[in-house]
Amino acid sequence: MKEITVDAQIENLEIVTDFVEEFLDSQGCPMKVKIQINIALDEIFSNISYYAYQDGVGKATLKLEIQNKPKAVCITFLDAGVPYNPLAKADPDITLSVEERKIGGLGIYMVKKNMDEVNYVYSEGKNILSLKKYI
Amino acid sequence: MTINKKQEGTKLEILLEGRLDTTTSPMLEEELKQSIGGITELIFDFEKLEYISSAGLRILLAQQKIMNKQGSMVVKNVNEVIDEVFEVTGFSDILTII
Repeated sequence: MKEITVDAQIENLEIVTDFVEEFLDSQGCPMKVKIQINIALDEIFSNISYYAYQDGVGKATLKLEIQNKPKAVCITFLDAGVPYNPLAKADPDITLSVEERKIGGLGIYMVKKNMDEVNYVYSEGKNILSLKKYI
Repeated sequence: MTINKKQEGTKLEILLEGRLDTTTSPMLEEELKQSIGGITELIFDFEKLEYISSAGLRILLAQQKIMNKQGSMVVKNVNEVIDEVFEVTGFSDILTII
């Protein structure tokens, strides 16, 4: 299991992206899955950076693991920010016309669509969001 | 991400190279703000674009709304992943993808 903790600031997205990509490459992850995981990472890390600690600064931790049989990448995000379950948000209405579409709400929707499993718990003062993608 | 522009009269073509994500979107947003005045035909060439996250989608949506009043907008040469993102989010119905 690999783990990284950074300040939850958007400037650190590149560091966590490199960390995740290195791990995925070492596991022979196919390019398309790598891109999908990158997108999920962008969405979730951005949300933590912008919203979890409101005006303060806090930490975000990422844990990476490989599960076998069937082979999957498991990514867990932990933060000690405001309790927030992103999965409780209703999906955006993707059938609306361009004028009616709202700018926002797409991030977590894309994560749910791209990952095979997404779970959330709030435990011991931490938001814990787990993603699983079969590779 | 690199942004390359080609302008001919009121036609503007923007080629993106790299990733359109949370950290690079502000760059595109700024570029569009500066260049979009008077443009009646806007073309995005995504041949060298690896992926797009929701930050990028937001910019495309905002730009599509502007171009609907000002002229036309198309997105071309999308790769498989970006194509799927557009499908899943319903953006394939909003954007003109060629």
